[in-house]
Amino acid sequence: MTYEAGSYDVIVVGAGHAGVEAGLASARLGAKTLMITINLDMVAFMPCNPSVGGPAKGIVVREIDALGGEMGKNIDKTHIQMRMLNTGKGPAVRALRAQADKFTYQHEMKKTLENEPNLTLIQGMVERLIVEDGECRGVVTQTGAVYHSKAVVITTGTFLRGEIILGELKYSSGPNNQQPSIKLSEHLQELGFDLVRFKTGTPPRVNSHSIDYSKTEIQPGDDVPRAFSYETTKYITDQLPCWLTYTNEETHTLIDNNLHRSPMYSGMIKGTGPRYCPSIEDKVVRFNDKPRHQIFLEPEGRNTQEVYVQGLSTSLPEDVQQKILRTIPGLENVQMMRAGYAIEYDSIVPTQLWPTLETKKVKNLYTAGQINGTSGYEEAAGQGLMAGMNAGLKSLDKEEVILSRSDAYIGVLIDDLVTKGTNEPYRLLTSRAEYRLLLRHDNADLRLTELGRKVGLISEDRFEKFQLKKQAIEEEKARLQGIIIKPTSEVQELIKSQGGSELKDGIRASDLLKRPEMTYEHIQQLVPAENTLDADVTEQVEIQIKYEGYIEKSLQQVERLKKMENKKIPENIDYDDINGLASEARQKLKEVRPLSLAQASRISGVNPADISILLVYLEQGRIARVSAE
Amino acid sequence: MEFDTIAAISTPMGEGAIAIVRLSGDQAFEIADRLFRGVGGKRLKDVASHTIHYGHIMDPKTEQIAEEVMVSAMKGPKTFTKEDVIEINCHGGLVSVNRVLQLLLNNGARLAEPGEFTKRAFLNGRIDLSQAEAVMDLIRAKTDRAMNMALGQMEGRLSKLIQKLRQEILEILAHVEVNIDYPEYDDVEEMTHHMLLEKSSYVKKEIEKLLQTSQQGKILREGLSTVIVGRPNVGKSSLLNSLVHENKAIVTDIPGTTRDVIEEYVNVRGVPLRLLDTAGIRETEDIVERIGVEKSRQVLTEADLILLVLNYSDELTAEDENIFKAVEGMDVIIIVNKTDLDQKIDMDRVRGLSKHHKLVTTSLLEDQGVDDLEEAIASLFFEGSIEAGDMTYVSNTRHIALLNQALNAIDEAMQGVEMGTPIDIVQIDLTRTWELLGEIIGDSVHESLIDQLFSQFCLGK
Repeated sequence: MTYEAGSYDVIVVGAGHAGVEAGLASARLGAKTLMITINLDMVAFMPCNPSVGGPAKGIVVREIDALGGEMGKNIDKTHIQMRMLNTGKGPAVRALRAQADKFTYQHEMKKTLENEPNLTLIQGMVERLIVEDGECRGVVTQTGAVYHSKAVVITTGTFLRGEIILGELKYSSGPNNQQPSIKLSEHLQELGFDLVRFKTGTPPRVNSHSIDYSKTEIQPGDDVPRAFSYETTKYITDQLPCWLTYTNEETHTLIDNNLHRSPMYSGMIKGTGPRYCPSIEDKVVRFNDKPRHQIFLEPEGRNTQEVYVQGLSTSLPEDVQQKILRTIPGLENVQMMRAGYAIEYDSIVPTQLWPTLETKKVKNLYTAGQINGTSGYEEAAGQGLMAGMNAGLKSLDKEEVILSRSDAYIGVLIDDLVTKGTNEPYRLLTSRAEYRLLLRHDNADLRLTELGRKVGLISEDRFEKFQLKKQAIEEEKARLQGIIIKPTSEVQELIKSQGGSELKDGIRASDLLKRPEMTYEHIQQLVPAENTLDADVTEQVEIQIKYEGYIEKSLQQVERLKKMENKKIPENIDYDDINGLASEARQKLKEVRPLSLAQASRISGVNPADISILLVYLEQGRIARVSAE
Repeated sequence: MEFDTIAAISTPMGEGAIAIVRLSGDQAFEIADRLFRGVGGKRLKDVASHTIHYGHIMDPKTEQIAEEVMVSAMKGPKTFTKEDVIEINCHGGLVSVNRVLQLLLNNGARLAEPGEFTKRAFLNGRIDLSQAEAVMDLIRAKTDRAMNMALGQMEGRLSKLIQKLRQEILEILAHVEVNIDYPEYDDVEEMTHHMLLEKSSYVKKEIEKLLQTSQQGKILREGLSTVIVGRPNVGKSSLLNSLVHENKAIVTDIPGTTRDVIEEYVNVRGVPLRLLDTAGIRETEDIVERIGVEKSRQVLTEADLILLVLNYSDELTAEDENIFKAVEGMDVIIIVNKTDLDQKIDMDRVRGLSKHHKLVTTSLLEDQGVDDLEEAIASLFFEGSIEAGDMTYVSNTRHIALLNQALNAIDEAMQGVEMGTPIDIVQIDLTRTWELLGEIIGDSVHESLIDQLFSQFCLGK
């Protein structure tokens, strides 16, 4: 039995990190949005590491914030510590990471969803999509509720036909013993989607009371207050530390002796796991020359004794996990509260998506997060934001948004997925971005706020502040470019004290700042600005001036590619009609159906000769049209 | 990368009276002006379109004249490609035209793909629709040939060397990346400026070595320019005749158009020698006397190999010693000739002056010692054990261009290190080096860095 349950612009299936961003983006830009999740208590749940951010990922959180998303704000309200990583390196790779109070993180996010005027949040399990004439027009739940909509976003995480594997035990389950989503997976297959089986895992949790912290090293948060969101003004000062300890020979021997009981090596696990997140048994086998591996002990929140044992992800049997834990200094008497486990789940092959995250097979159907083959909360949230944004825009008959590789890490992520696909759970790494000097942690707002404003996710008030900041940066840069600093004794002294070589002549303030030993503060000392500027303004001024040459180089690279980005390939192109394409290239082009020549050139198996031929073919059509006119 | 500025030699390969290098694209004038020194400091960007200009092509790095040229300056759209086009008319012969092309490639132009000028002509609407299919055939046909060639080279020595070098860089890159992506992992040593500099200078040296071997590859195709020097009457003419008559001449008597040099090609045990200034030797038997010391020095500096002839039956003179000085630092073979006569020369002193150079004794009159000389030439050249046929003309020019760009990139990386620029920013240039080397062997897949990351280091939560 089914019943009519209502009509919306957009329906979001799932309320994990992808789902919440999708629902909020869609609702906030004006689409009437419904969110359906299997268990309302699991909104924005962190089934693995209780942390947000880190290299590349932290920049994604900043980008989400610049586009009006929620992740940054939510973690700013609920973290137990925050650290800026890579401070000793260049500005392009600095990244913020927070340890979350995973419970308040969920509660805060749920509160935000509940208070969003245009958003309805309900519990239910979607089993089928309503697909008519190749378009998705709604969903049907397990209880027979029929919801109609103009667009649907699926964010199922590891719930799709999820199976938990723990030692010799294997059972059908979503993460943390949640009810899995089985029928939806079958339904997607019926609709013609190619699915793959991926695997991921999580370490055991232990009781803090049973840890001897004196045998571990403390890992405190930064003294300086930090925040992900450009809008955060209240900072949490009361931080909790994490703790560092190590595995040892005894741990490794124990693991070696129990490998026959590991589902990874017995063949029970068939899904492909991520290389960047190996289980401890994998680390011991593959890197058996390493005498020890780091183990971070991370509190899961302020009101719990549960501690996450980072570095010990495993699917070994429960009794072996117990023993492994107790070989580690500080954990000799530890009480394990939850065992680690591996989980297998279905993903769709992401080359079946357009760069808008809409599926090619079914119109108005979008997917985001782990279902697209990624891993990580931030990767999920970034996709969720874009999928929700595009579903919302499309339901309102507005133009959709695609971020390019030079716009954002989110652009890199989505382009990689839809152009190259992935054969393991995909994680963002700074090395995946070719323009990482442009895609910095500090300039996410400069890159994306205008776009956020355009689609309606940035408030007028915030936009005004942003414009003032931008103006202040430009004015200060212009000021420093206009002032000549003369080689007075004060100047020479300062330079010498920083270990630089003395000036021979007057020099532009901006050029002096380019010297490696000089900072904005030094310049400020010599030629003070009229008004004191905000730290985030002076940071931009310093970075933009200091690394001008390198930034310029990257921009030129972007500019060169732009011509190819702008060569659009019509959706109805018939690759079989093009003479001379190599057969592998033809097959790949038909599968990926790139939107631009640049995207085509990034497909592996499509070589420069094929691109030339494609270009000539496209131009042939254009020239034919011109001569016909 | 469509519509950047491209360059290629547009006349058929081989010997001709002139050869033309063509440059097409937005930056054609700008790039040409970097190299062109016209009469009275004339800039090509200022001249009227479709005019031709006399001048020199200068290497901006060394400020040395590379070639005397006539340059046609043609602004688009009334050109073959409808883009701005520069055509540089050089003297015939592969050496000079190649040098000009190299300079263009080092100064911002990209080597044109096969058929690319025609392709552009089409894309810019110069060629009509009916010719489009032909253009595509052209691209495919030429590329297939290029691909076969590339495949042939994949098994070659060069490819192996490049792969080894890329692996070195990849390990550095992976190391830097792992420091960035996993800042808290103490398993991995932090890559320091010092380490980076050390590894980069190794890479740089290797690239330079490769460039040298490609020089030798060039020599295999174009001949090892060789000069015979010595006082009058030591037997230079006999040596020349001996080399020419013993060995089948490849090409004879090609008059150069500017230099008063007559060249003769001989093949010595697989090493092609291009004997310079043979006319001088024939006419006067004395190059130093005939053209003066300064001019002879210039001829010497152009040579890859010097054959220095001494007289066994005469004492060493100050003039002999001057010649030794003049050829210092060059590849020299010392020939002590006329062993059929009584010895007057002090061989110990000769050995002292010869230092590490090869020394042979001959009696050219009696045909003695010529084998030793040929052996010396061949071994000198094949010490680097470069085999003929390792590289072909087109791809080789591309290789040299890419190697030069890679060298520039690694130089910039090293400058960055010395300036104290953060390693992750320096890495931009290092990655560029890696990519450029990858282009040589047709492999620039970014994914391999990530593979390297995970195979080299133990990472993860």
